[in-house]
Amino acid sequence: MDLNILWFILVAVLFIGFFILEGFDYGVGILLPIMGKTDTERRVVINTVGPVWDGNEVWVLTAGGAIFAAFPHWYATLFSGFYLALFLMLVALIIRAVAFEYRSKAENPKWRAWWDRGIVFGSLIPAILWGVALGNMLRGVPIDADMHYVGTFFDLLNPYAIIGGLTSLSMFLLHGAIFLNLKTSGELSERALHLTRRIGPVTTVMVAIFIVSTYLMTDSFSRLGVNPGPIPIASLGALFAAAYFVHIGRLGWAFLMTSVNIGLSVITIFMALFPRVMVSSLNPDWSLTIYNASSSPKTLTIMSIVALIFIPIVLAYQTWTYWVFRHRISIESELTY
Amino acid sequence: MDVTILARWQFAITTVYHFFFVPLSIGLSLLVAIMQTVYFRSGNETYKRMTKFWGKLLLINFAIGVATGIVQEFQFGMNWAEYSRFVGDIFGAPLAIEALMAFFLESTFLGLWLFGWNKLSKGVHLACIWMVAIGSTISSFWILVANSFMHQPVGYVIRNGRAEMESFGALIANGHVWVQWPHTMMAAICTAAFFVLGISAYHLRRPLSEAGHDMFRRSFQIGAIAAVIGVVGVILAGHAQAQYMIQVQPMKMAAAEAIWETEDPAPMSLFTIASTPEQRDLFVIKVPGLLSFLAYNRFEGAVPGIKDLQAEAEATYGPGNYTPNVFLAYWTFRAMVGAGFAMLGLAVVALYSVLRNRITSSTAFLWLLIPSIGLPYLANATGWIFTEMGRQPWIVYGVMLTSEGVSATVGVGYVLMSLIGFTLVYLGLIAATIFLMLKYARQVPGEEPQMSKQPSLRPAPAGD
Repeated sequence: MDLNILWFILVAVLFIGFFILEGFDYGVGILLPIMGKTDTERRVVINTVGPVWDGNEVWVLTAGGAIFAAFPHWYATLFSGFYLALFLMLVALIIRAVAFEYRSKAENPKWRAWWDRGIVFGSLIPAILWGVALGNMLRGVPIDADMHYVGTFFDLLNPYAIIGGLTSLSMFLLHGAIFLNLKTSGELSERALHLTRRIGPVTTVMVAIFIVSTYLMTDSFSRLGVNPGPIPIASLGALFAAAYFVHIGRLGWAFLMTSVNIGLSVITIFMALFPRVMVSSLNPDWSLTIYNASSSPKTLTIMSIVALIFIPIVLAYQTWTYWVFRHRISIESELTY
Repeated sequence: MDVTILARWQFAITTVYHFFFVPLSIGLSLLVAIMQTVYFRSGNETYKRMTKFWGKLLLINFAIGVATGIVQEFQFGMNWAEYSRFVGDIFGAPLAIEALMAFFLESTFLGLWLFGWNKLSKGVHLACIWMVAIGSTISSFWILVANSFMHQPVGYVIRNGRAEMESFGALIANGHVWVQWPHTMMAAICTAAFFVLGISAYHLRRPLSEAGHDMFRRSFQIGAIAAVIGVVGVILAGHAQAQYMIQVQPMKMAAAEAIWETEDPAPMSLFTIASTPEQRDLFVIKVPGLLSFLAYNRFEGAVPGIKDLQAEAEATYGPGNYTPNVFLAYWTFRAMVGAGFAMLGLAVVALYSVLRNRITSSTAFLWLLIPSIGLPYLANATGWIFTEMGRQPWIVYGVMLTSEGVSATVGVGYVLMSLIGFTLVYLGLIAATIFLMLKYARQVPGEEPQMSKQPSLRPAPAGD
């Protein structure tokens, strides 16, 4: 295995970490007005992700940095090509980050209502756009012989990509609802369970539709990098398992299953892409691959050493953080945010 | 409108805005860590109140710094795609290392610190704030390693049509890093020190409860000491940086001083009104030999002028304009240095009043310290505008022109739209930030509004 492959895997790992961790943050953020009927309840909802959302978000910053360092052409083509989508996402993320921190620092109900809208907007937009982006990466986008994206913003809003966006939205909603059930108590926890039961079937149908439309609306399956075999079906299966665990009241296991669902979905997409990182819809030869888009072997070597040292360290202290904040939060709890 | 101009405006607005918050985050996390360490070792509740009071302001500031940092990470790819392709092999590495080593550290441990007051042991909780301080310091190092490459490209070779890394060690050992990083770190300490001094002064100039007075007096002491260390450090590091700049980027120095002709010994201009199109001075106040002294530590030695350097650059790189905006370089440099020396004076007086135990004796001085919170901000912003504008027309000095680095396929409309969008969001958020800062900076711990339910003239009970 060469370093280009290693970095392809590392980027996939960073995205898996990001979607699993930030996925429930997005879900929690979108469900905020539905879950929290009173101000205290809303504060409980926000505090379930309070200690961890910032650390979770770093996963995507690191993924962005890793793509820049390991595959500069991928970084340049993707971010200049998906320009307006990325702009929207950045605005959402900026507002969301500040909203979490500022919302409860003033008592005025209007102040809080506006930041609540910021949290919903800032969670909803990325939850959809990530699916749109991955859908487009799988489907292929107009890239010319010089690795330049030559489409427009509206080329990204094709029906298939929008199905992708709705799929990621539904996955994160389910993931977040189960997380809320696990992290709250009493009435809030009940409400989260109720939401889980209602979102679960929708998510399952969306994932199934996405898989089918990948067959019907794209030629991804005719040009698979590595055949993912039963992995996409297993990803769907994880949702059925999640439904089972919700049914028997083992929500911890259900959360594990929605994490598996997210992880396997990312793996499927990366396997289908491999060794390409951006598929050109104009000419297969113009696709960006882990070889023509990559950094020099020297840079990849240095970055590999750094990553293999620091990723385990990060995983260790983030795991410890989840252990520290493992307890449920209730309306009687001391609320920081 | 030209897409390069718009992209530059967007980068400038985003970066200056981001750096409006970053120095305070770096410096204040360090000061809060020190306060909490004193509390940990002495058990003195005053230091716990201090930690919480300044910690709250730190968090308000940190949130917006992190949020705007997200844009930093992605805007190279959005607006500067050709630059990213050309230098990604070198430039991406420090950014990715920064995320792995620093962003995770500061973000994760800030969450632990904020939410962990009653969940972690005192020692572990203290370690968390130190991790935040260390994380933000490491972060500043790696981003300046990346930035230094733009000013002084080292350790690379042009291969496959791009700059490829030849030596990672050279990137870190880059002399530019080791003058710029200390200067920036010291500036961060100055920012936090004057922030603490100004807010403490605001409270100390009026009657306070005993507990409140004690807290702000001790904060003032820490602020005064940090201010002297920070200002002296920033001036010394800045001096070293200027001497280094004359060697590496003589054009920037010439622009900073608006010296058109090479001079030996070179005078230092205190005030110049010049006609930049004609490249000649209209009115000047000069100190003879001072620039040579600053450059070489002796009152002689040639400092090259703009005209000679322009001719030299044309001989090397072909026809073109290699002179940065002299007006901007000259005045931003003076604003930075002027703010620095004003801070030096204030810091010395503040420390003197601490040593003589006479902090509250001069209300006028306390009043003066409140607007002085702005001095480091002025110096931070003008310093960065100077150093980046002074590098123009290069995006990587001597290697790549700024106009070559801009994204090839992003249209003017897109850049204009995102420029307007980001700017509006930034304006809205800074209003909210200032509102919260004022709200929390004015509150005396133990005397919060909710405490005043029962009308009482006694100082509120100690606690938080």
